[in-house]
Amino acid sequence: MNALLSILKLAVRSAWSRRGTLGLMLASIMLSTALLLAIERVRVDTRQSFRQSVAGVDLVVGARTGATQLMLHAVFHSGSGALPLRWDSYQAIATHPATDWALPLSLGDSHRNQAVLGTSADYFRHFRHGDRQPLRFREGRPFDKLFEAVLGSEVAERLGYANGQKIVLSHGLTDGGALATGHDDKPFVVVGILAPTGTPVDRTIHVSLESITALHLDWVAGTPMSGFHIPAAMVGKFDLTPKEISAVLVGLRQRTDVFRMQRFVNEFRGEALIAVLPGVALDELWQAIGIMERTLLGVSALVVLIGLCGLAATLLAGLNERRRELAILRALGAGPGQIFALLMIEGMLVTTAGAMLGALLVSFAGALAAPWLLSAFGIVLNPGLPSGNEFALLAGVVATGLLASMIPGWRAWRMSLADGLTPRA
Amino acid sequence: MASGPREWHRSSRRSIGKPLPTTMIASPALRIADMSFAWPTQAAPCLDIAAFELARGERVFLHGPSGSGKSTLLALLGGVALPQRGNIEVLGHELSKLSASARDALRADHVGFLFQQFNLLPWLPAIDNVLLPCAFSARRREQTNSAGSPLLEAERLLAQLDLDRSLWHQSAGSLSVGQQQRVAAARALIGRPEIVIADEPTSALDAERQQAFVDLLLQETAAAGAALIFVSHDHRLAGHFDRSVALEAISRGTTGMSEKSA
Repeated sequence: MNALLSILKLAVRSAWSRRGTLGLMLASIMLSTALLLAIERVRVDTRQSFRQSVAGVDLVVGARTGATQLMLHAVFHSGSGALPLRWDSYQAIATHPATDWALPLSLGDSHRNQAVLGTSADYFRHFRHGDRQPLRFREGRPFDKLFEAVLGSEVAERLGYANGQKIVLSHGLTDGGALATGHDDKPFVVVGILAPTGTPVDRTIHVSLESITALHLDWVAGTPMSGFHIPAAMVGKFDLTPKEISAVLVGLRQRTDVFRMQRFVNEFRGEALIAVLPGVALDELWQAIGIMERTLLGVSALVVLIGLCGLAATLLAGLNERRRELAILRALGAGPGQIFALLMIEGMLVTTAGAMLGALLVSFAGALAAPWLLSAFGIVLNPGLPSGNEFALLAGVVATGLLASMIPGWRAWRMSLADGLTPRA
Repeated sequence: MASGPREWHRSSRRSIGKPLPTTMIASPALRIADMSFAWPTQAAPCLDIAAFELARGERVFLHGPSGSGKSTLLALLGGVALPQRGNIEVLGHELSKLSASARDALRADHVGFLFQQFNLLPWLPAIDNVLLPCAFSARRREQTNSAGSPLLEAERLLAQLDLDRSLWHQSAGSLSVGQQQRVAAARALIGRPEIVIADEPTSALDAERQQAFVDLLLQETAAAGAALIFVSHDHRLAGHFDRSVALEAISRGTTGMSEKSA
């Protein structure tokens, strides 16, 4: 124990005397470890964020299309609008005995690049995110009249809006610049702002389904009817029940009914519909993305390997200059095994320190980048120290470092046997 | 650096570390009998010594020109290499009968080495260099008890070897060659090993300092009661030794042809 301790002390002091070179190796191992961990963390947390965006939703229903496409459109409000489904189809689903709640979603308008979602006021009661947390209002209340809007936290923050702000929607999911056809005749007023959720809700403007219908009363086939205009004050005189909507989020009374309900929707007589289990659809999505993810992870693992090869090469290259040092230790009674241990310890010290610093770097950088990742990509990056898979990756880095350190260790062992007590240096 | 022996060698070491039986005490410091050695790549032996003996406490000047097998002899005496034929005994222990780790332990406990130059770990303070043997050998650490502690003994030796106190805690690499050799001598002597083996320790020193260093070394080995083998190609230094031996005279090996190191 004591001898091992003195070898360890010598290894540390010897390494310290070469701190310039070893520091560079440490930095390269630190950065490559950080890269590996960051990719893993973003990968895991992306999945978690996606999953948290649909907590509590048992089925997503839409006109028949790809499952992933429907999910992306209904939950993440991205992708081109799928085909609409008819209102009576919605009613059939909503009144089905297994249904607890059914939230109609109508997409297609936007305000300054933020998606506008037409839905019912039930949305604020039933929608869940994260660990099944309900939506909370930071200020204001749900919409209950025509032309009232509730903003996601990020919309309010980014556009600097508060309650009472008047906003004008435009047709289409993105601003068409000069060609944009607007709904400027029917402005909305902000009545509520939601607390942050870390889901697409934050980037959405919520209005009532009826408001969406009212906006398009005097529209046909995506353009305003020429020579025909219904002022905002008059829309109340019309039947504002929508004819069609984009998708439905369904919550069931009992989760066990999910396949029964899915069959009901898929075999629906009125029109061709599809019901998607969010978890299954996300799994399909991950399968598609998985190849890319694995490639990224593989590349970053290679970067780590290159870093460790660099370490082994540095130790090997330094060995010739250290022949004297090793011969002196040999003369003092160190056995070849101890010489081997000396080199191993050094490699391990650098690898372990590099891996630990890399983990710290990811934690710090993660904490710094988290707000940006959330706002730019809607990914909730979990702050804090590594866990689970990341520990396995760290252990992998250290184990590979151990193997890499064995190369210079073995070389030193051979050298100390061949050199005797007088190195040829 | 005050730490101890390699535990995993303890069993082999106990047989070496325990008080030597009287017959062993009577044994010489070194004995070589009918020994021949060749490096793996060599056809003919580079050392072939019929008989050589170093008595306890005896100080021998071993003269050998470059390439006469001096480095090889050091490796053999240190137990780092084993002869193909014949015996080398260190304090009565026949090296070829010991395991590699037991030979390492024997070297750590009983032999102090002093090389031509670059004797020290340059990044370690002088005083810690002196203390190194005590980290590798419990016996040598215990033998410093008379001074109180390894550190006190290291300080005593450095003072004795006339190294200025201000230099003790400087890194060894920053000392002059002469100062480094005195630190190395203190390291070879700490813990009173029975044998000190010096390999041209004066070759890097100025001519006028060489004799002074040799005298200092002779005086300190005598004070420590150690036997000394002083290997050099420089005859002029032989004067103050108990005995002078020419390596060519005792070795029948092919000298000057294929010496391992220059």
